[in-house]
Amino acid sequence: MITVKNLCKSFGEHEVLIDINEHIAPGEKVVIIGPSGSGKSTFLRCMNLLEQPTKGQVIFDGTDITEKGVNINEIRQQMGMVFQHFNLFPHLTIMENLTLAPIELKLMGREQANEEALRLLNLVNLSEKADTYPGQLSGGQKQRIAIVRSLMLKPKMMLFDEPTSALDPEMVGEVLGVMKDLARDGMTMAVVTHEMGFAREVATRVLFMDEGRIREQGTPEQIFGNPQNERTQEFLSKVL
Amino acid sequence: MGFLGELKERLIFDFIEKQRYLYILKGLRVTAIVTLLALVLGLVIGVVVAVIRTAHDQTGEKGRQGAGGFVLSVLNFFCRVYLTVIRGTPAMVQLLLMFFVFLASSTNKVLVAVLTFGINSGAYVAEIFRSGIMSIDKGQMEAGRSLGLGYGKTMQKIILPQAVKNVLPALVNEMITLLKETSICGYIGLNDLTRGGDIIRGNTFDALPPLLAVAAIYLVIVMFFTWLMGRLERRLRESDNR
Ligand SMILES: Nc1ncnc2c1ncn2[C@@H]1O[C@H](COP(=O)(O)OP(=O)(O)O)[C@@H](O)[C@H]1O
Ligand SMILES: [Mg+2]
Repeated sequence: MITVKNLCKSFGEHEVLIDINEHIAPGEKVVIIGPSGSGKSTFLRCMNLLEQPTKGQVIFDGTDITEKGVNINEIRQQMGMVFQHFNLFPHLTIMENLTLAPIELKLMGREQANEEALRLLNLVNLSEKADTYPGQLSGGQKQRIAIVRSLMLKPKMMLFDEPTSALDPEMVGEVLGVMKDLARDGMTMAVVTHEMGFAREVATRVLFMDEGRIREQGTPEQIFGNPQNERTQEFLSKVL
Repeated sequence: MGFLGELKERLIFDFIEKQRYLYILKGLRVTAIVTLLALVLGLVIGVVVAVIRTAHDQTGEKGRQGAGGFVLSVLNFFCRVYLTVIRGTPAMVQLLLMFFVFLASSTNKVLVAVLTFGINSGAYVAEIFRSGIMSIDKGQMEAGRSLGLGYGKTMQKIILPQAVKNVLPALVNEMITLLKETSICGYIGLNDLTRGGDIIRGNTFDALPPLLAVAAIYLVIVMFFTWLMGRLERRLRESDNR
């Protein structure tokens, strides 16, 4: 689905990602863990080119999207992204939040988009919120809407950057629930999270990042049960 | 004759006789036309300049390679020159330059005034819009882009609507400034509100009533827009909590 080759990213002098090589196959659920500042977000954001890599290639579905002349907007439609702070559009209703992109991109007519939006809102039990504004929703509701907003474009893959970190503890579950449903339906996912329970339950693979490198990776059993790398052990002993 | 009688006679002489009040009414019309058209022109220039400036600042060096990037850099350069020159020189000088130099061939003084004040106001509106755009959380642009919307579409549908809302009070303020600034139109012989009062003063050798009347009219208009701005701000605050 997506292959990252020799990916490097610097902000000025600061090397944030150092020669990352990684492949995510269709259907995989890859959870990325690691200390704050280790480059997890930057890695994720390089995958849909929200950050321009300094060096290296990102190959999505056979296309090297770092090449000149690639229509990045078309690629991004196929790669949903969910942010820590939701980033819903506060001046639009929930319905408009969901239908804006598919209508503007001419993927659906208004009626079809509304129908699809209602169907998805039903799946996350928020259909009665269609005509309200994001400001009236709780954090958990906002994040579920944000996920659904990405799903409107029928992406092949979803990127999650700490989707539950900004939530009150009692709302974490409802968002993880939606993500688990997605995982069960076969969505390819890359998830940066500190929810180790989620990683254990859902991940097909766990990557541990530290200082711009993927230090260690493996199944949840390997990483959580028998970590080899010293830094992984140290990190897990702090968070578990 | 008592004081009131004297005053009445004076006002009749200043305003009614020879229909002198028409100087004021026609002047008010000119002031309104120049202000409104200049405002529209200023808004158009302001949005365009603000978008060019922020697009240039937001796309990093790397995103600016190629022909498109070069065009953007050139446009940005001209925008900066425009902002510096307009904001660094008096509107009065700009008006005189426009009338006697750049548009010396034009006999349409209203047009000269509209262009001058529109171009002048555009520079201030641009900075208002730019700060409005910058005040929008950068997550909004990222969310739009991550959904596959282009930079322009995201600007148009997501960033600008929120930015405009944030800067509406500042825009009303700019309009008030603009209205008062047009009072220098007389220097190119355009009979605006201020000049209307001044013509009456010249004809009657009575300064107080006509000039006071002119001041009162400006004041009433400004107070109306200040009141409108207050209401607007309250409405916007309420809609923030929705
Ligand atoms: N836009 C940016 N400009 C400069 N430095 C940045 C930028 N984004 C991230 N960084 C730096 O890159 C490093 C990695 O950041 P990030 O990828 O957000 O880490 P993580 O998500 O693992 O906490 C941090 O040191 C951060 O300060
Ligand atoms: Mg992060």
